[in-house]
Amino acid sequence: MRTSFLAREVRGGLRRNFTMTVALIVSVAVSLTLFGSALLMRSQVDRMKGYWYDKVQVSVFLCGANSLAVTCSSGAVTDAQRQDIRTTLQGLQPTVQSVYYESADEAYARFKEQFKGSPLVANVTATALPESFRVKLDDPKNYDVVANALNGKAGVESIQDQRKLLERFFRILHGLQTFAMAIAVAMLLVTVFLVMNTVRVAAFARRRETSIMRSVGASNASIRLPFILEAVTASVLGAGLAAGTLVAVKQFVIDARLQPSLTFIAWVTWQDVITILPWLFVVGIGTAIVASGLTLRRYLRG
Amino acid sequence: MISFDNVSKQYKNSNRPALTDINLDVEQGEFVFLVGSSGSGKSSLLRLLLKEETPTTGLVTIDGINIGKLANRKVPKLRRTMGIVFQDFRLLPSKSVFDNVAFGMEVIGKNRKEIRQRVPEVIELVGLEGKEDRLPSELSGGEQQRVALARAFINQPKILLADEPTGNLDPSTSVGIMKLLDRINRTGTTILMATHDVAIVDQMRKRIVQLDHGTIVRDQARGMYGHAGH
Repeated sequence: MRTSFLAREVRGGLRRNFTMTVALIVSVAVSLTLFGSALLMRSQVDRMKGYWYDKVQVSVFLCGANSLAVTCSSGAVTDAQRQDIRTTLQGLQPTVQSVYYESADEAYARFKEQFKGSPLVANVTATALPESFRVKLDDPKNYDVVANALNGKAGVESIQDQRKLLERFFRILHGLQTFAMAIAVAMLLVTVFLVMNTVRVAAFARRRETSIMRSVGASNASIRLPFILEAVTASVLGAGLAAGTLVAVKQFVIDARLQPSLTFIAWVTWQDVITILPWLFVVGIGTAIVASGLTLRRYLRG
Repeated sequence: MISFDNVSKQYKNSNRPALTDINLDVEQGEFVFLVGSSGSGKSSLLRLLLKEETPTTGLVTIDGINIGKLANRKVPKLRRTMGIVFQDFRLLPSKSVFDNVAFGMEVIGKNRKEIRQRVPEVIELVGLEGKEDRLPSELSGGEQQRVALARAFINQPKILLADEPTGNLDPSTSVGIMKLLDRINRTGTTILMATHDVAIVDQMRKRIVQLDHGTIVRDQARGMYGHAGH
């Protein structure tokens, strides 16, 4: 079949079935936007994991004058205790990569910097913040090694694993991602049914054309091709809208708003976004071909 | 070129066979009327030739090819050697006369040059020159059937099947269509025409095959409708 004739048939078919075509485009756009968002979220989580796990530390807080922990019964940490803890930590190499001591004054300075402009700062004094050792591990999973070595040691008020805090956060993100993917799959299913229905209606509306095509000896492929191409065209438009939406989210939401205000998070890059876009088209076109092909097998039998 | 050997056709949901033990041979270039009342099996016979149905028993061959055993993917090629017209014309209402005729070439992949050359020739053959841009709704019944004939003939089929082509037309218009069919027949095209039209059959004096309840009750060269020898 000549391409110009085919293009004319496809255009005419889409126009005649206008409302269904619009429904199909919107449905494909919504489901693929969700699908793309779920993929983007996964890249985002990966980025954040890479960025934060790299910075994750174990904080060993030392006893202050007012600490209530059992190990602090003798009051604020003494110089000897502090030295003992440092030696213990340094003895844990290579699991422990580096040990950094943060005094109460330094903790206060950092606190002031982090909460600049907040009324909190006025109410907190340097003595309220504990001094601590910041311990960097070779692998954030090896927290237990530090915990076992320091548990119950005099002068240690508490040991905090930042990774645990992050993991709870990542679990929430992972849940959101699964949720988005589930909705995307449900929407794709809806899209499949919509494609099937649209193609069925189109095939019924044009049963005269197809019966003439059959009677003059058009091949099965060329009878079905216009219908499949109509579904594919609508899907490509829908995938294009979805791609545009993701690009807009990256440009106007992530880059323009989130990134400047939430600088301590590593955001998805354009590279991440561009890797995802082709998949929208692959899934969209694949769905259209499979759904319309199956329908036509049933409704346009030679 | 067309031959039916002991062909019977039994539809699934029917208790009576549509065709019983049909034996029929049609030579290249013949003009054959298939007559008989509704339900006598005329349409079933045409459907077997188009491979819209397969025979329950027996052998249908065209040019020595067993149609009943033809693989599905070869059916389009078979149909390209045949043209068909119906009582209700079956034109595409949104396409012009030219596009309706060209449709038969477009869908089997003929190129633009062939189409531009062939379509006007056939439109002239059926006597519709000057009406290429009209829509079917702007034509009379006779003119619409001429468009359908042009489309059926566009790919120069060896066989033309006509299922009650004058069924919706008045007698004088029917005569024009029959003249056209006769002209097409003279180009060497074999024509099988199912009809009820007594006047036409009597006038044309062609071979008549009469069906009754799925069997051939008369096969007569240069026959008349009402004067059956049974």
